[in-house]
Parts: sequence; structure tokens; C-alpha cells
Amino acid sequence: MIRASGITVRFGSHAALRDVSLQLDPGQRLGIVGESGSGKSMLGLTLMGMLPSSAKLDGQLHVDGQDMSTAADRQWRSLRARRVAMVFQEPASALNPLRRVGDTVMEPLRLHLRLDRKAAQQRMLELLDETGIQEPALKARQYPHELSGGQRQRVLIALALACDPALLIADEPTTALDAHVGLRITELLVRLARDRGMALVFISHDLAAVARTVDDVAVMYGGEVVERGPVAEVLRAPQHPYTQGLLAARPPLDAGQLRRRLPVVPGNVPAMADLPLGCRFAGRCHVELPRCAATRPSETSLSPGRSAACHHLPDPSI
Amino acid sequence: MSALLDIQNVTRRYPRPRQRLLHRPEPLVALDNASLTLNAGETYGIVGESGSGKTTLARLVMGFEAPDNGRVLLGGEDLHALPEHILRQRRQTFQMVFQDPFGSLDPRRPVGWSVGQPLRATGQQPAPAQIAQTFERVGLSASDAERYPHEFSGGQRQRIAIARAIITKPRLLVADEAVSALDVSVRAQILNLLLDLQDEFGLAMLFVTHDLAVVANLCDHLLVLRNGRTVEQGPAQAILTNPQTDYTTMLLDAARVTPAGHSAPARTTT
Repeated sequence: MIRASGITVRFGSHAALRDVSLQLDPGQRLGIVGESGSGKSMLGLTLMGMLPSSAKLDGQLHVDGQDMSTAADRQWRSLRARRVAMVFQEPASALNPLRRVGDTVMEPLRLHLRLDRKAAQQRMLELLDETGIQEPALKARQYPHELSGGQRQRVLIALALACDPALLIADEPTTALDAHVGLRITELLVRLARDRGMALVFISHDLAAVARTVDDVAVMYGGEVVERGPVAEVLRAPQHPYTQGLLAARPPLDAGQLRRRLPVVPGNVPAMADLPLGCRFAGRCHVELPRCAATRPSETSLSPGRSAACHHLPDPSI
Repeated sequence: MSALLDIQNVTRRYPRPRQRLLHRPEPLVALDNASLTLNAGETYGIVGESGSGKTTLARLVMGFEAPDNGRVLLGGEDLHALPEHILRQRRQTFQMVFQDPFGSLDPRRPVGWSVGQPLRATGQQPAPAQIAQTFERVGLSASDAERYPHEFSGGQRQRIAIARAIITKPRLLVADEAVSALDVSVRAQILNLLLDLQDEFGLAMLFVTHDLAVVANLCDHLLVLRNGRTVEQGPAQAILTNPQTDYTTMLLDAARVTPAGHSAPARTTT
């Protein structure tokens, strides 16, 4: 579904993404996890062909079998119309407040699938029903402000599904929602991906949301993928010091150690311009070798589908 | 000895806008009969989603608004019965840290000025040495006091907000979503700082959050609110290890890092 290799996105002299490679097969669910400034949203925009015009893209990008590395806007538009769809964080601002939500969902059905009004209406109601909206006929006549945050996010997912995409990219879709609503939305995304055989890229800073939604995860830091693999393995035995720090910094939920100090990752996420040239995590890492700041570690395969980019990993060839 | 903070059966209602001329709608009960006691050096976690009443509770404790029923006793005094000038004096003993410190820092003044503001509010002149010392106490350097809010990262700004809150040496700190906007790796630094300050000053803390994962190992007691009502209340460890309601169990599920396929069975309502 996606073949990306050596993707680098530059703004002027700063690289917002550096040498990112990804592979996503049809029906597969991939999580992209990282903190602010990690490049995870930039990666999402790259995969959708929605980078700002000041960005310069290098590397190979194939989406849905088409070479999109140098694609023009027109080619991206036709891909986005039918094959690739995206859901964003803020369901309130992504819907037109002056249109009934049913009309919004019908628009791509009329425009791209050229359904007549009656067929489009029928399909729209099916989509609202599929995304778990109760009383779809009633909700379709309502305006965005009359719906709850969770219902609005379901409407946006219905809209994204309108043209039967083979790939859905969801960027922080649960972040603006309450915990119990976020839980339902991730369940919905998993069910839709399974039922439709649709590939899903789930971008989030929330490890708990990522863990329950995807099969594989890529951990990003400073515009690079620092670790990847099956989500259960990465969470159980993280290999990169950043992933280790990220997991350790979460307070344990049931351990009986009241008031225990949490292990911390020192410092702050550096701004793009201040990132070290070698390993991006140098300076905040608890293990630091002389070459870390100067030489970029390459991704080392640990087992099939599992890799990490760190000088400190045990050398598999020894 | 009486508790530092004693919230007794407080209820807060807000009138709803009138929809029809002759019909007055039922008021919204933002907080319904909530009670808790908090001693010096202890932390109470107030957990709930949007509309749960958790921020209303924090605002009542801060004296920003008054309850319709019940009392808030701070050091044995009924906070909402105090005359205005006495309340202003007492404000030094309870301070608040908000989610977005940007809003409480004047963008046109060096942050050292903002940190000294709670002292000025009670007619004291903050000494430069006192400001420098407070900056160092929260893990910043004394020279940072001369810089402006936009020069700091989110985590540093939250340290500044904490410096501003502790400069009056308060006995109670109310933290409303104080770490929710921070990245995970930075969040742990701030949580540790709060724990250190608590040990040092014997601070009592009221920690208001929507994210159970944040409060898990910080709190002695928990109050879980939903739609203004108390869902569950008691020792934090007991609630975390053996929640008594489906709602608390769900909040724990949402916060737990459990790989797909190991999660609880799917439910379908929003």
C-alpha cells in the first residue's frame, strides 16, 4: 500500500524528516508514535501529498502502486479522492458549520462516485450507520454544533470512508476527545480496518491509544524513525534508549509504589534547528558513546520486521 | 487537629439559558454534594472527563466562585464567608497552576516579574534574591528571570508557573491539568518536581486531571467525578487496583498501554 524509502523533507537547510522508510501492506495497521516535533504529523502530510509548498521532498514514495515521489498536485488529488483518506485531530473545525452533516458526507459520493441524489443519500446513511452513529437519519439532518465531539469524529470517519479508500491516515484522532470516547473511536478504527481490509496509519502521541489500535509501530524522534516492530514486542522490550525512556516515564497504573519518582528523559525536545547532526537523541540519552553526536546510527535489524537505530545496540555480527 | 482542606457537601448549580418565555429550565448541576478532606503533605486526585465538575471543584476551592450548598474550610475557616480583604491575605496560602501557563505570564514582561506578582498582590515587594532562589528551586537558572515567556519551551513555562505558585510558600497547591499539555518525557520531570516540593514544604495538593495515568502514583486519595456526581472515592491504591465501578475501570483501560488483541471486549456506545 505504501512503499517509502529514504524520505527526507527539508525546509530551507533544516530536515523535518530525515531518511524515513516505511512499508505498509494492504489491510495492515501501522502506528506512528512520537512527541511534539518528532515529525509524525509531517510524515502523515507527506503520505497524503499535502506538504506545504516551501517543503522539499527527496526519496522514493509509492502509494497504492503509483510512484508519487515527484507527483503533481493533480495526481495527488485523484489519489486522495478515491484511494487515500485522512482524519484529523479537531473534529469541530474539520466540518463546515453551515452544512448539515449528511450533506457533507454526501458531497464526495456525488462528486467522485457520481451517484444520483437518492443513491448518495442511501449510501450516506449506510456510512453513518457503519461508523456507529445512532439514528443516522436524524443525525444526518443536524449541524456539527448539535453533535458531541465523538459523534463529529464518527461523521468525519464516515466522510473519509465515502469513496472506499484502501488507506486511511488518522492523525491524533482521539487527542481532543474524552477518554471513553477515544476508546470507542479506536475500537471503531480497528473494526473498520478489519471489515474493509483497509490499511490504517494511526498517528498519535498517546502510547495507550496506539497500543490498542495497531499491529506494528514506528517510534519517531527528531524527524527519524528510531525504532519499529510489532507493537507488543516494542512495548514489552524496547531497544532504543528513547523508546525505553518514553515507556518508563509513564506512571505505573497499579504498582503499589506510592510517590515513587519517575525515571525521566532529561532536557526538552530540541527545536528542528538545534537537532544534533549524528544521533538525534544525543544529548538526552543516558548512554552516550563518542560517535553518537557525530555519526548517524543506521537502522539495525533485530529480528524480522523489528529494528532500531542506535549505536549502543549489541552488534548482531559478533 | 483539623484538616488543611475540608470540603463539606458542596453543590454548585449554573442557570441554563431560557429557551421559552414562561418556562425557566432546570439549572445545570455542575457539582453535586462533593466532599473531601486533605491534610498537609497529602495529594488528592480529582479525576473526570469534560463536564464532570472537576474544574468547578477547583474554582470553588480557589474562591473564584461560591458553592450554592456546603462549605469549603481552609485551615478551619469557611473560605466563602471571609471578608474580601481577609481573603486576599489568605490567598498566599493557596495557589493554582493551570494547564496553559502562557495565559498567566505577561508576554511583554520578563518572567521574573510575573513570578513575583503573587507577592505584589498582597502589598509585598519581591526581592530579586527571592525570585532567583525560587527559579533555582524549580530547576531553572536565576538568569532565566530576565527572559520573556516566548523564549521558553512548554515544560520550562510550566516550571515558571510552579515558581509563581510557590513563591508565597503556600500550604495548598491546586493543579488543574497542569501536565496535560506536556510531552510524556517532559511530564515526568514536572511530576517529580511537584513531589519534591511537596516533601520539602509539606504542601497539600489537589490534582485535577482527565488522565488517570498522570495521577496514578502521585496521589494518596482519588475522587472520580462524572456529570458532577461522585462515582468513586477513597485511597488511590485501592481504586487503582480494585475499581468498584465500570466507569473507573473504563478510565483505567483507556490509560493502560495494552497491545491490540489484549484489550477488553468491544462495547459499542459513544
